[in-house]
Amino acid sequence: MNPFKRSPFVIISTVLVYIFLYAPIVVLVLYSFNSSRVNITFEGFIPTFSERVVMDGSTVVSSPCGPFHWFCDLSKNREVMSAAKNTLTIAFIATIVSTIIGTMAAIALQRYDFRLKSFSQLSLYVPIVIPEIVMGIGILTLISQVFGWVNTTFALSGDARLSMGLFTVTISHIAFMVPFVTLVVQARLQGFDKSFEEAAMDLGANEWTTFRRVTFPMILPGVLSGALLAFTLSLDDFVITFFTNGPGSTTLPIYVYGLLRRIITPQVNALSTVWILIVFTVVLLLQIVQSREQSKS
Amino acid sequence: MTSEFAVELRDVVKRFVTPEGNEIAAVDHVTMQIKNGEFFSMLGSSGCGKTTSLRMIAGFEWTTEGEVYIEGNPMGHTPPFQRKVNTVFQSYALFQHMTVFQNIAFGLEMEGAKEDEIKQRVGRALEMVQLTGMERRKPKQLSGGQQQRVAVARALVKTPDVLLLDEPLGALDLKLRKEMQLELKALQQQLGITFIYVTHDQEEALTMSDRIAVMSNGRVQQIGTPVEIYERPSNKFVADFIGESNFLDGQIKSLSKDEAQVFIPALNTELRGIPISQGLVKGEDVVVSIRPEKIRITEKNAKNDNFFKAKVTNTVYIGADTHVYTESQGVKIKVLEQNHISRLDTSSFYTVGQEVGLVLMPENTLVLKKV
Ligand SMILES: Nc1ncnc2c1ncn2[C@@H]1O[C@H](COP(=O)(O)OP(=O)(O)O)[C@@H](O)[C@H]1O
Ligand SMILES: [Mg+2]
Repeated sequence: MNPFKRSPFVIISTVLVYIFLYAPIVVLVLYSFNSSRVNITFEGFIPTFSERVVMDGSTVVSSPCGPFHWFCDLSKNREVMSAAKNTLTIAFIATIVSTIIGTMAAIALQRYDFRLKSFSQLSLYVPIVIPEIVMGIGILTLISQVFGWVNTTFALSGDARLSMGLFTVTISHIAFMVPFVTLVVQARLQGFDKSFEEAAMDLGANEWTTFRRVTFPMILPGVLSGALLAFTLSLDDFVITFFTNGPGSTTLPIYVYGLLRRIITPQVNALSTVWILIVFTVVLLLQIVQSREQSKS
Repeated sequence: MTSEFAVELRDVVKRFVTPEGNEIAAVDHVTMQIKNGEFFSMLGSSGCGKTTSLRMIAGFEWTTEGEVYIEGNPMGHTPPFQRKVNTVFQSYALFQHMTVFQNIAFGLEMEGAKEDEIKQRVGRALEMVQLTGMERRKPKQLSGGQQQRVAVARALVKTPDVLLLDEPLGALDLKLRKEMQLELKALQQQLGITFIYVTHDQEEALTMSDRIAVMSNGRVQQIGTPVEIYERPSNKFVADFIGESNFLDGQIKSLSKDEAQVFIPALNTELRGIPISQGLVKGEDVVVSIRPEKIRITEKNAKNDNFFKAKVTNTVYIGADTHVYTESQGVKIKVLEQNHISRLDTSSFYTVGQEVGLVLMPENTLVLKKV
């Protein structure tokens, strides 16, 4: 019996940690049902369902959506909807591309010996450890230099000019997500016994069939974990997106930041609540994948 | 079949560069000819190059020098999936994400076999290894012995000319191992295909093999039948590695056509009428090798050829046999006596310190080159 298990110190510190971590989230969610239009004070839930939005001073008295007034409000907000669409589009494309590249890199690092191998391995950690803002500025500088050069060299004008937008955000997300995917897949490959692949080839499978039928299914849980991690990183990335976005490529974090500088209404809370739900779902999926993987081995 | 030999290694060398940057020859000028339908074992202690030799036959490694021939064809850089040999891996390497059926069917799918045919052949393979009814299990849901059978079935379902087995029973407990030894041997005889079997267990090799290659340090020490290897080891290494031997340093006193007299300085005795192998010359320093069970204990004053006195230093009773440790003028000699009679009567034991006579039967004594 572990003597620490029941010690009051452990119980109290555990409770404190949970309060510290989750209290802000609880408050945030609670305020998204706030009847006050000002986000500072909580004046109770918006009570009943009715046909019209009734405002009494600064308080919402009733709304057709009932307590979900701010969520309805949000869904009618075209800017939010477009930012959400951008965020998801970027996250999906960047996740797929970075998962493919990251997985291939992990396999190559595991399987082959080549010059600069340890350098390549080390360089994976650089984007992870350097401050994101440095990477953001770096990417911005690079892209604007390249775009500027292309625009002047080919004398592009008007719509043909290369400029910041969805494309630049997506490629910079791919750039910072690849190392995360590679490291996660590498961890999975660490214990991978190459005799599985040899057995497949021994039984008549060529390299490609061996990869498709044996290697890939066996590392799939690692690849999925990597992809989910990359997806969540992309969803809530602010710094790099801040430097690389342009007109029409505003993502949710950028939009919220913009809102905060103007007025704070419980719309922001409603948006955050939806967002938290999405991220929690992804994290939950990640957990399920990992625990299934563990119960297998 | 185009060739007399199923597999042939001609002067094969395999060098590896170790992580420290040293070059080692894991396989060092190995030549072997494995006949069709033969149960051939490579026997040697860990690190002697058995697995590497097998992997070069399978196609997982390429030779540094020399050539591997399968059915008379030089293999060169032929990839594993184009060689008509199959492997049973030491770790089994069963595909964990597939069922038993899918594992065994995998090789047939690669051949492009039809669904009906696959079902039939997998069924027969499972029958052969007595696993009918286990089709739907995953490898993790099987015992070690069952996994081993699946690995054998998966390789055999491809009807290879040659089956390669790398210590396939290494992970099983002793009792199961003995059972599987007999089963594998029976399977090999029934199917009539060539087995190349890697093991470090000499008893296993002696039990199962038609011929054995004894290896050490990447080299072949001797190739022969179990009887040849045990009774006529070609050098001191083999005599020492297979079973037990007493070694006495000596010098050839005189040579006739097929017999030698050897003087043993330490015992101040001359051994007469010892059969010799080729290439010995008079006056040469040699090693005389004799197995413990081929020495007879007699009266201390018996009159015999090849006789000398010794003192018992210890006896160990182990059921079927008694090991008698003796010493003669500083030379330790171990004798093994079968317990033909009950030892319940303690007077039949030798007592420590007792003086006895030892007789070496010349026909069971070997003269080996000193290496
Ligand atoms: N891929 C490799 N790289 C470097 N050394 C190796 C490699 N494979 C085997 N060796 C070395 O070759 C020698 C023979 O190995 P192996 O054939 O596995 O021996 P065995 O199967 O008889 O135990 C060992 O010293 C081993 O360390
Ligand atoms: Mg080995």
